[in-house]
Amino acid sequence: MDIFDIFLLEAVINGLLLGGLLALLALGLNLIFGVIDVVWICYAELIMVGMYAIFWSHTDFGWPLWLAFALGIGLVALLGMALHWFIVRPVLSAEPINQLLVTGGVLFFLQAAATVAFGVEFRNIGIRLGGIPLGDVNLSIARLIAFAVALLAIVLAYLFLTRTYTGTAIRAISQDREIMPLMGVNPGKVYLVTSAMGGGLAGLAACLLVLQYDIHPAIGLSFGPITFLICVLGGLGNLFGGFVAAFIFAQFISVGGYVLKIEWGYVLAFVFFIAMMFVRPEGLFARRR
Amino acid sequence: MLELDGVSAGYGSFQALFDVSLKVNAGEAVAVLGPNGAGKTTLLRAISRLIQIRSGALSMQGRRYNDLPAHEVVGLGIAQVPEGRRLFPRLTVEDNLKMGAFTPSARGSYRDRLDFVYSLFPRMKERRQQMAGTMSGGEQQMCAIGRALMSQPRLLLLDEPSAGLAPVIVQSIFELVRRIRAEGYTVLIVEQNVQQVLKVVDRGYLLDTGRIRTSGTSAELLASEEIRKAYLGV
Repeated sequence: MDIFDIFLLEAVINGLLLGGLLALLALGLNLIFGVIDVVWICYAELIMVGMYAIFWSHTDFGWPLWLAFALGIGLVALLGMALHWFIVRPVLSAEPINQLLVTGGVLFFLQAAATVAFGVEFRNIGIRLGGIPLGDVNLSIARLIAFAVALLAIVLAYLFLTRTYTGTAIRAISQDREIMPLMGVNPGKVYLVTSAMGGGLAGLAACLLVLQYDIHPAIGLSFGPITFLICVLGGLGNLFGGFVAAFIFAQFISVGGYVLKIEWGYVLAFVFFIAMMFVRPEGLFARRR
Repeated sequence: MLELDGVSAGYGSFQALFDVSLKVNAGEAVAVLGPNGAGKTTLLRAISRLIQIRSGALSMQGRRYNDLPAHEVVGLGIAQVPEGRRLFPRLTVEDNLKMGAFTPSARGSYRDRLDFVYSLFPRMKERRQQMAGTMSGGEQQMCAIGRALMSQPRLLLLDEPSAGLAPVIVQSIFELVRRIRAEGYTVLIVEQNVQQVLKVVDRGYLLDTGRIRTSGTSAELLASEEIRKAYLGV
């Protein structure tokens, strides 16, 4: 092996690109938990619904891709609001375990419903973007787009949370819910806006994932657990921690997969996760209380 | 300005307020005095609609608002500084103040309000980028009062502003109340610190186990047998 290993470099770059995408996934889940204090275990299944919406509107109804993407984002945002209103809101003051179970129920419901509605076949929107060569490294355009869009979305979400009144209220409500009405804030409305934002981020992730992956009812299982573990590793509810943890995880998967074998990347990532739970059970960046 | 007529309220099977009637006129500063557990905080929570009243009537400037959602009470011109300040500890001072100006009508004059609050509390301007939770108790109280003033209220409700503060700071907090009055705000203040608060208000009510026991001007209350025995130890 050379001192300068071109394939290792490619693995590092791919890990970086994957990290951006995982950071976007973690942002949505972390936002919901940080603000509403409920984990949407079914988060990746919302992405799956978005992917099917994009697939059907684009391939069956012939909608242009941009319109199908808009539908995917809008639909999952609405789905996020519905999830909050019908499932989460009634259990807001229930035990955390009940909240997990009920959103876990939604996970299996959506998976089963998708199987009934769409069958178990793998589908894709038939777009292959190819790659661009950069020296000896071949970079996937779909991954580059996913990385750029994910980072842009994260920056926009950050600006929204820090610069606007609603964004400030979203940060405030996680610190003291009870006094929000004294500020003239309707807490229920803030929760709905947050849920729409979490759903919209899941919809955006669906747009980026249909460019790279086949769609099937269990696709959520490929992303759901890892998104959750990233959030836990970064400190549940800590948006910055989730961002950093996503890049760490992605490098384990990508570089680990290269050094050993492709499937071993995930094994290494999960071993790292379990080890970290012993060393720092509160996450790399504990949730700032 | 604010009028409560025969208000009863409580939590579950516990009744905290019994048939409370009181009135705050425009430009006045009024105190509600009483020991721990008298129902003072419940009274302010009822006025801000954070809890439902069971009977009686709440009205602000002639408008009855018994059924108004809590988050719309600010729109009536009522702002509350809650017990224990309740700042958002991990937001900056300026973001806390921004939350005080959340209502659409307050947003329009955000800059002016901010300048006003900073002129009232220059210390807050120095600390505007600091996390609110890292400030001293007295500074936090300033920030909490500033936050309430951001909504451009007509009536300011203060819940035990002196609680938990060092004696020197308590002095300055009451001095603040005096200044806020001078700015033309109407104030309803709930306190246990009877002697100090009666120096800055016009009138007061004595609340005990959920009932108004007596009321009168500051001078009358200071001279009254009930207050002297219970609070002044003479």
